[in-house]
Amino acid sequence: MKKDIILCGVGGQGILSIATIIGEAATRAGLNLKQAEVHGMSQRGGDVQSHLRLSDKTIYSDLIAQGSADMIISMEPMESLRYLPYLSKEGRVVTGSKPFVNIPNYPEEEALQGALAELPSLSMMDIDAVAKDAGNARGANMVLLGMAARHLQILGADELRDAIRTVFARKGEAVVEANLKAFQAGLGE
Amino acid sequence: MKKLLLGDEAIALGAIHAGLGGVYAYPGTPSTEITEYIQADALARERGVHSRWCTNEKTAMEAALGMSYAGKRALVCMKHVGMNVAADAFVNSAITGVHGGLVVVAADDPSMHSSQNEQDSRFYASFAMVPAMEPGNQQEAYDMMRAAFELSEQLREPVVLRIVTRLAHSRAAVEVSEPMEVQDRGICQERWVLLPGIARGRYAALLEKQDDMLASSETSIYNKVEKGEGSLGIIACGIAYNYVKEALGDKANVLKVSQYPLPESKICQLAKENDAIMVVEDGQPVVEQQVKALLGADYPVKGRLTGDLPRAGELTPDNVAKALGVEGKETMQHSTIVAPRPPQLCQGCGHRDVYTALNQVLATYPDYRVFGDIGCYTLGALPPFKALASCVDMGASITMAKGAADAGFHPSVAIIGDSTFTHSGMTGLLDAVNDGSNITVVISDNLTTGMTGGQESAGTSKYEAICTALGVEPEHVRVVVPLPKNMEEITRILKEEIDYPGVSVIIPRRECIQTAARKAREARKLRENN
Repeated sequence: MKKDIILCGVGGQGILSIATIIGEAATRAGLNLKQAEVHGMSQRGGDVQSHLRLSDKTIYSDLIAQGSADMIISMEPMESLRYLPYLSKEGRVVTGSKPFVNIPNYPEEEALQGALAELPSLSMMDIDAVAKDAGNARGANMVLLGMAARHLQILGADELRDAIRTVFARKGEAVVEANLKAFQAGLGE
Repeated sequence: MKKLLLGDEAIALGAIHAGLGGVYAYPGTPSTEITEYIQADALARERGVHSRWCTNEKTAMEAALGMSYAGKRALVCMKHVGMNVAADAFVNSAITGVHGGLVVVAADDPSMHSSQNEQDSRFYASFAMVPAMEPGNQQEAYDMMRAAFELSEQLREPVVLRIVTRLAHSRAAVEVSEPMEVQDRGICQERWVLLPGIARGRYAALLEKQDDMLASSETSIYNKVEKGEGSLGIIACGIAYNYVKEALGDKANVLKVSQYPLPESKICQLAKENDAIMVVEDGQPVVEQQVKALLGADYPVKGRLTGDLPRAGELTPDNVAKALGVEGKETMQHSTIVAPRPPQLCQGCGHRDVYTALNQVLATYPDYRVFGDIGCYTLGALPPFKALASCVDMGASITMAKGAADAGFHPSVAIIGDSTFTHSGMTGLLDAVNDGSNITVVISDNLTTGMTGGQESAGTSKYEAICTALGVEPEHVRVVVPLPKNMEEITRILKEEIDYPGVSVIIPRRECIQTAARKAREARKLRENN
């Protein structure tokens, strides 16, 4: 089994934390993993993406081939559309619904919703609002991870929860609990 | 034990475990994380491994050569264009030779994710006539550090470790081995005095070593042959091997090249067993040119020069599969509504206030030019500021402004960051002072090396002293605090200094908001833990 995932958003939205947690869970589960990140200039308010590949077999390429990503996980709706050529025909887009507008030519709401509606499989949620309701305003990325967990298959929710505990352990029990709560809100079980 | 590591981190840990004495580097994407990892590593700290940032790549290369002379293993890390800065020391270190192992990591950036060109550091290795290694994955990056230090000590020459962005910044599990003790061969008993008469002898010795370097490549475990199907022989360098395997799996007739000089007899054998050769390499067609020369004009060699692979830009699983005749999967169309989202200066960044002030003042002149430099503030070239006429290389703002002023142009303004100024701006400022050039230099001081993530800046708290020591009149070294509320004062001072017919320096100084926020977080954590 393999899962190729494009993680994306705007610099500073916390997609690398999602990658770190999935990476931690995958390593513990004995899966092979490759995760290509973008560092440097592209972080400053610009679009950011990470290629995350999980498999029980050897993974050669650090990058995902076009047309073969199983999932696009995006913090932001327009960014979720930027990488569509990577998405497989059976692939799913999991995205936050709230636009991050820091450019003058951000698409109109109607056009954006229209493009999203055309996707074959879409999970969308106002992750900022859900995180706030869950008492963790900075936990939108964990809500998104929870949403993705419903479709991840190669890793279970318990494995991801364990990884959240490990990754946030040094920040204290309160931070761990807040992130688990946000994750649960996204998972929605 | 397995650890999840970036390619950069695998190199760092590999070096520490190879008994490293010190790392010398200037930050530069995608190489920065190597030195940062060593700075944070417990074993490296316990052993007192040198890891403080250097002022530029040349000082780094020379200090590493000094550590090698004293008998310890030394590592130098830089981005590819850093090799241009270090080149004098690097090329001549091949003539002196080394004592303790010396490995030079050059991180190339095909596709220019964060760079101004895609020069290929393998040219530097062959130019200096020293071996190069090119890991194909994170595990090799770790393992090769030990091999590279051993090869360096065996040949008594520096070894280049060439990586590309996609390896530097990609994470995978790495099996780590037992660390070696810090290696120490004691001070070198030779004299490395490259006077012409002596240098001729050392150059002859370097030429003689070429056969040993070739022999090492021919037998290297990193240059391996895999037999597959068909009549196309593939030469895949470094990470290119991954894309070939992704496309063809076990069907590839492939020679994976990860140690240079090229293993010529293995290439000739591959050519003999096949009808054509395809060279797949990330970066420039270094190997393709050499293979063409080796096999002669009649043997078909394909690659970037023949258009089978794109001439520019990085390799991807897609362009490699296409070159190998493997059809890609059906893809969805690019969405037409997606707008570009270029990087931009952070909201609240001091550089913004500097550009606001500069644009406001300069708009009152009939014509003007602002010569830019390398750092976050290069983003001032983009809207909304559109302030820059140039950005070429580290330090070029001051010297280009000087050249334009020498040609009689005014106002000729340079903008340079604090770290870039100490990296390569100071010498140009001395030229301008000696010539009495009519330029205005803005050293936008955010107290850090911002673009690479906030490393220490070599000249912090020394800028006024440096400028006056270089001969700038003290009354024309002006410090301001770039905040919107100070706009009136900043624009007044800018105007005064632009109108002053000589060298003046304005230092807008306010801490980078990213490093300030990080320090605040760390302080808060410290308080909470106490």
